[in-house]
Amino acid sequence: MNLTARDLWLFAGMGLVLAMVGMFQSWQLAITILNMSLISAIMALGVNMQWGYAGLFNVGVMGFTAVGGLAVVLIAQPPVPEAWAAGGFGILLGLMLGVSTILAAIIVYKRMQPGRLRGLAIFAVLLGGYLITAQVFGPAKQAVQAVNPASEGYLGGANLPVILAWPVGAVFAAGIAWVIGKISLGLRADYLAIATLGISEIVIAVMKHERWLARGVNNVTGIDRPVPRPVDLQPQQWVQSLADTLGWSLSQTANVISGLGYSILFLIVLIILMWLAERALNSPWGRMMRAIRDNEISARAMGKDVTRRHLNIFVLGSAVCGLAGAMMVSMDGQLTPGSYEPLRYTFLIWVMVIVGGSGNNWGSVLGAFVIWFLWVQVEPAGRWFMDVITSGMAVDSELRQHLLGSAAYMRLLTMGIALLLMLRFAPRGLIPER
Amino acid sequence: MEPLNALISVTNFMLIPALAYGSQLALGALGITLIFSILRFAHFAHGDTMALGTAAVIGGTIFLQGLGVSIAPLPTALLAIPFGMLVLISYLLVADKLVYSYFRKVKAKPLIFVMASLGVMFVTNGITRLFMGVGETRFEDGQRFLFTVREFRAFTGLAEGMALRTSQALTVVTALAVMVALFWFLNRTRSGKSMRAYSDNEDLALLSGINPERVVMITWIITGTLLVLAGTLYGLDKGFRPFNYFQLLLPMFAAAILGGLGSPFGAIVGAYVVAFAELGITYAWRRVFTYLMPEGMEPTSMMQLLPVDYKFAVTFAILVIVLLFRPTGIFKGKVI
Repeated sequence: MNLTARDLWLFAGMGLVLAMVGMFQSWQLAITILNMSLISAIMALGVNMQWGYAGLFNVGVMGFTAVGGLAVVLIAQPPVPEAWAAGGFGILLGLMLGVSTILAAIIVYKRMQPGRLRGLAIFAVLLGGYLITAQVFGPAKQAVQAVNPASEGYLGGANLPVILAWPVGAVFAAGIAWVIGKISLGLRADYLAIATLGISEIVIAVMKHERWLARGVNNVTGIDRPVPRPVDLQPQQWVQSLADTLGWSLSQTANVISGLGYSILFLIVLIILMWLAERALNSPWGRMMRAIRDNEISARAMGKDVTRRHLNIFVLGSAVCGLAGAMMVSMDGQLTPGSYEPLRYTFLIWVMVIVGGSGNNWGSVLGAFVIWFLWVQVEPAGRWFMDVITSGMAVDSELRQHLLGSAAYMRLLTMGIALLLMLRFAPRGLIPER
Repeated sequence: MEPLNALISVTNFMLIPALAYGSQLALGALGITLIFSILRFAHFAHGDTMALGTAAVIGGTIFLQGLGVSIAPLPTALLAIPFGMLVLISYLLVADKLVYSYFRKVKAKPLIFVMASLGVMFVTNGITRLFMGVGETRFEDGQRFLFTVREFRAFTGLAEGMALRTSQALTVVTALAVMVALFWFLNRTRSGKSMRAYSDNEDLALLSGINPERVVMITWIITGTLLVLAGTLYGLDKGFRPFNYFQLLLPMFAAAILGGLGSPFGAIVGAYVVAFAELGITYAWRRVFTYLMPEGMEPTSMMQLLPVDYKFAVTFAILVIVLLFRPTGIFKGKVI
């Protein structure tokens, strides 16, 4: 813990602002902002590990969070026995065939002498493997998707406790990160950016399209929650008496309690992660990472295996993003692959890290709170602003309607301006690295 | 066996769309490669600036349509292009003045420029959506087809039809003209030569009296011009949606890297490779093979290697393969 008085004041200020939201708008909103800020803080922490510790430019945060979310469905949902009977075996066999095709291609690549013959052999292995896999996989997929498509049409999950999905989500994201890292980390630095950008789009495409996996764009809803739902809280005696004491409506009280439950869970995760991250950063390992970031060549000269260390940190950071993604889906209780877009899940997290202060874990957490608060509050503020500047116009004027309707896009504008101002005037962020 | 019908089918459903799409990508990828070789960073705001330029063209088109101006059979948008260019070039130059010029002065690292371009991306994105919303806008008017499927069938008497849309023909012709003009500019004019010199060796170029700010300005002007053309042609072809333009970022980058970052010729080749691969791999070949195979051996499946949703995966796979075997791209680009 190496926070200065100024940093503490910044955090206190942020807490005060949230409390004001609770008092003047509603406590429900304040809790919603708090929970999403905590999740964003974990995502930002993951990105900060990669960028702040090691200088890796990952623009595929969206993909890693989405994979984490997928884990929630695969772990917590009940399995669909009819679907397993219809095509479960075919799907598993198809996946195994696909993986062995790729492994076979890798073996051919490693064993044969470089040359045209090797290229042809790899091509033949891939094509043959593809055709066989497609023969097995295609019909099985159709069969699974035909099972009760209105509400199921997928294999379902393992019916395990939903909390278990959080570490599993982290492992999923780590696995994907390992593959990307293996391919692109040895190459030029900016190739990682393009590779992560590409893979995140592919992850989303797979999740949208492969309906047997998690129903694709049909969404999985009603996933088990780790915290009692507001509806279940309302009949409870103590909730009712609490509502009376506070003078709130019953539904609001139940919502706030349920939300606070999540806040506590998320806070525990964040505290553990922060403790680990701070320990790591100030350990010999952390010093080595920063040494590599600041001067790769001299780190190499000292005998450090730079590519390998980069791979480590890339996998770790991505796992943290996956964890956050799983937490987010279990809070919403639904997985909606259509809602993942890069501006919100990748670039916004980057704004958080830069504004908060790259290289500083506390900075990332603060940045996440500040930026998420702005993201939520700029829209109503924008509508109010538009309302004021158009108040002179006729109510049904087309321009006024248009301006009011487009107030929602003010948040993108604000984020961009915030990022540019920070880069220009305070490039080290709100809480700089020390 | 009807090879002629097979050929017509491929041309109609794959070759023509891929040629048009490739030309649009090429114009975008040229901008990426130019910015990369002069300003030396990956310009992430590319897709969104393209959307902004197109939005300006659409605004101009609606204004002109309101006045009753028309150049039918060509789309009215062509008349609005100069206006779009004016808007976008001024926007880019202002953005350069306000944002990038400071980082040039303090000699910031390339990744800081990339971050700054993320900021510009957000702002541009917001501005475009303020004006256009997020929905799809169609602004194609005039004659839609040069010839339709029916006309083609009546003319040739073949079973398979073929159509050529005005926007597709316009795209290919414009792209060719622009590429020729760009190469003429880079190789023959004084400004073009100074750009190449600056890209090749900055210190030497400065020593021989080349004004870097002027070079940067010309780069933005060319990029703006290319972006407005690419965006308008893409919009005429497929409709305008800000998010689609943002997503073009990946194929455009893929094209530029594939061809070798910093090599204009490579960017063009890369763009066509990406376009043909995307459409070829996600195209259902069943019809073609039905014509080609002897009777009784027609394929029963769709003969589609990957569903259309995976076109990004195709782009990405090509990129990975090229990077693994030839890290500098097809035509040797720069290594930063």
